[in-house]
Amino acid sequence: MLTPPLIEVRNLTVDYVGANTVSRAVNGIDFDIRPGEAFGLAGESGCGKSTVAFALARLTRLPGLVSGGAVRFLGEDVLSFSAERLRRYRWSEVSFVFQSAMNALNPVIKVSEQIEDAILAHRPKASRAETLARTAELFELVGISPRRLDDYPHQFSGGMRQRICIAMALALEPRLIIMDEPTTALDVVVQRDIIEQICALKARFGFSVLFITHDLGLMIEFCDRIGVMYAGELVEVAPASAILTAPQHPYTRALGRSFPPLSGPRVRLEGIAGSPPSLSALPEGCRFSPRCGEAIPICVRLAPELRPTPATGGEAACHLLS
Amino acid sequence: MSSAVMSEAPILEMHDVDMRFTLGGLVGKRTTLRALSGISLKLTPGRALALVGESGSGKSTCARMLARVYEPAAGEISFRGADIGRLSGKALTDYRAQVQMIFQDPFGSLNPTQTIGYILERPLRLHRPELSSKQVRTQSEALLTQVGLVPAPEYLKRRPHELSGGQRQRVAIARALSVNPTVLLADEPTSMLDVSVRLGILNLLDDLKREKNLAALYITHDIATARYFAEDTAVMYAGHLVEQGPSEAITDHPRHPYTQLLIAAVPNPKNKISGAAVRRATDIPLWTAESRGCPFAPRCPRATDICREMMPDPTPVGDSHMARCHHL
Repeated sequence: MLTPPLIEVRNLTVDYVGANTVSRAVNGIDFDIRPGEAFGLAGESGCGKSTVAFALARLTRLPGLVSGGAVRFLGEDVLSFSAERLRRYRWSEVSFVFQSAMNALNPVIKVSEQIEDAILAHRPKASRAETLARTAELFELVGISPRRLDDYPHQFSGGMRQRICIAMALALEPRLIIMDEPTTALDVVVQRDIIEQICALKARFGFSVLFITHDLGLMIEFCDRIGVMYAGELVEVAPASAILTAPQHPYTRALGRSFPPLSGPRVRLEGIAGSPPSLSALPEGCRFSPRCGEAIPICVRLAPELRPTPATGGEAACHLLS
Repeated sequence: MSSAVMSEAPILEMHDVDMRFTLGGLVGKRTTLRALSGISLKLTPGRALALVGESGSGKSTCARMLARVYEPAAGEISFRGADIGRLSGKALTDYRAQVQMIFQDPFGSLNPTQTIGYILERPLRLHRPELSSKQVRTQSEALLTQVGLVPAPEYLKRRPHELSGGQRQRVAIARALSVNPTVLLADEPTSMLDVSVRLGILNLLDDLKREKNLAALYITHDIATARYFAEDTAVMYAGHLVEQGPSEAITDHPRHPYTQLLIAAVPNPKNKISGAAVRRATDIPLWTAESRGCPFAPRCPRATDICREMMPDPTPVGDSHMARCHHL
């Protein structure tokens, strides 16, 4: 940890505001993303992964509200950026790849034009020839022939559209790319090709990735470190390999048991019983305690705090570890 | 979940079935897409057969043909030995009750304007007119209890939007069970659901398969859940069956290069991605009337001249395990 972190998230809190209710979707979380690092956020649907990603890019919109904490980008306070600074921050420093490539591209505009638009919006002095050359170069980078620059989104398969979204995210050489379920809608073989491609590009250009997926296997393969979220809180942060070999939090272990293996005996798996709590009716104490098979009396009274776990070199929030 | 001994005879079978669709029309050239080529499958009571392959490989077309949505262009589908193409009247209604489908999207497959009670009541009234209103209600409650939605009377009053994805899929399963089917066709029943919910649905289907001795077809692109849920697995590519056998044999000793590619693509947390093996985007070929040879040849590392000329016949490669490849 000699290099300063690229992104520092401190005590970040995001609320969803209703007519007369406030639901806390993200409850005071802390983590860093280092330069060149792939950091993963894992957890079930609705645990706040995407809400965190949106807050990092300051894309939170009402009814969502960042109500506390700090996000720092190379030491700068992102939450107090001026409109002009924010415009430079988005896309040229932090870009996004969303889950559904089908909806991320405008169906009536040529894909090359959509990439050129992104470049021109941030580099207004670039010439037409320059942007076109850059767009062709980006196509090459993601493995699509530049002969297809003039095609429309519907002429590409789902996997190729996702590659185009990645090309667009790379266009301005950002320091961080937020990838929210980038391959979830794709077939396994296509998913494999795209993940390999992202890895190669990451090694070449040195950007960091915030990777969000519910596929823990894929995340362990791709990421350097992983944060496991449950009901708006980080319950464990650890190196990816430790999430597999030495998960410290019972929820991390339960998530790991939810994926049928490709080898070994065919035995019944139980996964995680029940479902995550509603944000408007959170349990007392540890939020996972009602579903936790290992809960002890203190778990239902007192919420545990993240503490260092020497076994993994990470942190976990569980009373069983103290 | 160990493989049971094959004791019963198949109940629903596809024999050498072809299916064609015509693409294009008013403008442009018409092409005939061969969606299925010579598919033979057997569904046996108490067992599940998983059909795996990428999008566009013809998995869902198979399920729709078994549900008699399409007529085969060639070949025959038989239920208890009788050609389903010849069924009509009462026999056809019976067949439709016997063979039930569960779809991928529980948000789209349940009518959003009706209560769960109404959704479950409909098939009961259609297929079992002898039941009284009271019996229908008792039956609906029993079905919901069976799929784990308790207290059942509470759920009968709700509408689909009040339920989570997993709960909706349970309602879809209850609806399928309401008419006492013998065959379940499940088309990606868990791919829209959250990870923690998936296992619950698969375990429920597994319990039902055992308790009711159901024959199940499980369509998925996730070969790991295929192995988990189904005793047998068939791998499809561009409308052809390329490998078929006991699920463990398929994942432990895949013989066809496409099966090997599928298995290598499954996320494996024990690996670390290097980014070294980057390949260009490739799609499943459109298999038309003019296409020849093995459809996988353009992507296949083993392909030789014969692969581009002729599709090989199924070759036995183990106990009830076959693969179609010239280079086994």
